[in-house]
Amino acid sequence: MSVERLRGLLVDAFPEAEDVDVLDRTGTGDHFLVTVQSTRFSGLGLVDQHRLVYDALAEPLADGTIHELRIKTKGD
Amino acid sequence: MELREQIQQVIDNEPVALFMKGTPQLVMCGNSHRALEALRAAGAPVTAVDVLPDPRYRQELSAISGWPTIPQVFVGGELIGGADIVEELAASGELEEKLSGALGGDYRAGRDERVVALAAV
Repeated sequence: MSVERLRGLLVDAFPEAEDVDVLDRTGTGDHFLVTVQSTRFSGLGLVDQHRLVYDALAEPLADGTIHELRIKTKGD
Repeated sequence: MELREQIQQVIDNEPVALFMKGTPQLVMCGNSHRALEALRAAGAPVTAVDVLPDPRYRQELSAISGWPTIPQVFVGGELIGGADIVEELAASGELEEKLSGALGGDYRAGRDERVVALAAV
């Protein structure tokens, strides 16, 4: 999966985000670090913040396209 | 006992449950390793469950927790998160606070790391 496509899924899910960054950690298109900064995370615990990111990427996670995902979320 | 019930019992009864790929002695995944090391550094009395022997372990666990990835860490029956969150909480000192809050201030004196196996159904 390309960085651009993954980034597109996140931007669609978090149109209000101040920052969306995707890093292909291994250069193989299946190990990613994603960083999302959004006011939607404000006031939420980390579990709920990460759940929102997982929801946005549910399909590529479920079908194995994403083998490993690291998540960094930030409120405003 | 049904598989889901077994997993729920581990979550409910173990002070710190770590569902991981492999065992603490033979970790099979980088993220499981990161979660284990963060818990160890905080002195958590870890009970580890290997999800690799049967794909149903992971399916049932995620059905219970609503969390799609492995590892998963529970403290006092509550989902704390995966490797990223546990590392983040460890770095900020919140992991030790959570452990003290859920298990008492002397949680480090609890029993040693151990592994429990789920029984095939």
